[in-house]
Amino acid sequence: MNATTNTHRRGWLKAAGASAVALWLAACDKLTENPTSAGVLKSAEGLTRRAQRLFVDRKALAREFTPADLSPDFKANGSTNPDDPDYVAHAAKGFADWRLVVDGLVERPLNLSLDDLKKLPSRTQITRHDCVEGWSCIGKWTGARLAAVLDQAGLKKNARYIVLHCADNLDPTTLDGTGQYYESIDLIDAYHPQTILAYAMNDQPLPIAHGAPLRLRVERQLGYKQAKYVMRLEAVADFAHLGRGNGGFWEDRGYEWYAGI
Amino acid sequence: MTHWINVLAISFLLMSGLQIFNAHPALYWGAKSAFEHPWLAMDAMQTAGRPVGVTTIAGHPFHTTGLFGWSGKAGAEEARGFPAWATVPSYRDLADGRRWHFFFAWLFVINGLVYLILGLINGHFRRDLVPKGWQLKPAHVWHEIVTHAQLKFPKGEEARNYNILQKAAYLAVIFVLLPLMVGTGLTMSPGFDSAAPWLLDLFGGRQSARSIHFISASLIVAFVVVHLVMVVASGTWNNIRSMITGKYAIETEPKAAAPQAAPGGAA
Repeated sequence: MNATTNTHRRGWLKAAGASAVALWLAACDKLTENPTSAGVLKSAEGLTRRAQRLFVDRKALAREFTPADLSPDFKANGSTNPDDPDYVAHAAKGFADWRLVVDGLVERPLNLSLDDLKKLPSRTQITRHDCVEGWSCIGKWTGARLAAVLDQAGLKKNARYIVLHCADNLDPTTLDGTGQYYESIDLIDAYHPQTILAYAMNDQPLPIAHGAPLRLRVERQLGYKQAKYVMRLEAVADFAHLGRGNGGFWEDRGYEWYAGI
Repeated sequence: MTHWINVLAISFLLMSGLQIFNAHPALYWGAKSAFEHPWLAMDAMQTAGRPVGVTTIAGHPFHTTGLFGWSGKAGAEEARGFPAWATVPSYRDLADGRRWHFFFAWLFVINGLVYLILGLINGHFRRDLVPKGWQLKPAHVWHEIVTHAQLKFPKGEEARNYNILQKAAYLAVIFVLLPLMVGTGLTMSPGFDSAAPWLLDLFGGRQSARSIHFISASLIVAFVVVHLVMVVASGTWNNIRSMITGKYAIETEPKAAAPQAAPGGAA
């Protein structure tokens, strides 16, 4: 075989290889966007959630660390300084007039100040925060046990999820309210001993970048479930009527509702 | 059959894994991320007003424009760890990358369990994979290394059995690398960690687990590359036919007449 045909053949092989890769990628992108195949891919989430709920004890604790393990560079993600006018006004007054509203499917709707929350049974924990992007930071959190708040309000029998409504709009391009941050957790996680409404981080009042005055810590799930700037808790039977119906801001944008992995 | 499900699952796991890696293209050791000190990072930086891809390994920067850190079609380059042709989906989308990854992770684990159970029951591991005493003699191992490096492959009956290098590679992949992928993958799950905190101790923390997940995946890619080279070099068509039908033609030592088809035990 002479050199020309060799080069020719190599060029042809290269082109064929590149086309095969392009076809494969186009096919994968198509499958990602097609609702039927996307639905098949999403079926794994239900399997993961059921498997973890089956094999993981409801009360099993996330690992706790020591003060020596604290991250000096704990990253603040998502909103870091909400511009909602009511929120800005509360922040200017050091959240003195801020109130947490607890309503929905409860016997006794509540209106709690920060001082009220600080009088409730509390928990302090040094835990690892795992962002869905892949990084981890370790922080110390002190807050009221969510179980204590819910017991005070008294959940109605048909309450199945706790929705956290937040002060920040993380997607201002939306004009229909679906850019507003919110999250939801089931009652297993709501009553988990490490699930708290944190008002302090690393022994200081919770900084604005990390969700002042109050954020959720639900330690066995990823970072986007740890809602910041919590303004209202709502007990619901389902969350289909909220946002785009998937139970949270990121869930409405394709992420798993169950973020245990 | 399990082999081809594996090919499918591992391809998608790798490419969706690179999509997930791209969401934070940096790796650390320990429980947490020391953002200033990743041992591996792929970044886009400005050099003389032009963006370049820089891959930093243990503090040493390498220019990897077009491959790692900064890549894309001319005029549409973007900052991304791995390039579009290596990820599923091709565009940047962590949420969908995770959907692909966990779906194929389940398929891979279920398929792997079927393979393990079948391999134990039908004796595939004992018969075909566990090295025979004579295969472990240093002289024999050295002989195999030399002949493989020369791309000279066994002929005749010997070609039907796995040689010692194949056995070592297959055993390492099946019983070390693939279980490591599953173990480190589960260690990255905050939910699973609460049930099995010993995993965190075993792998040295969540960020170490993420690093080991990446390294093991790289070794599997290296295995697949060598595996494919060997399949091609030792007779593409015959090998692929044997993988599909179980029939493997053998060439007898002094150039005999036509290769004869014979039932083989390839899975």
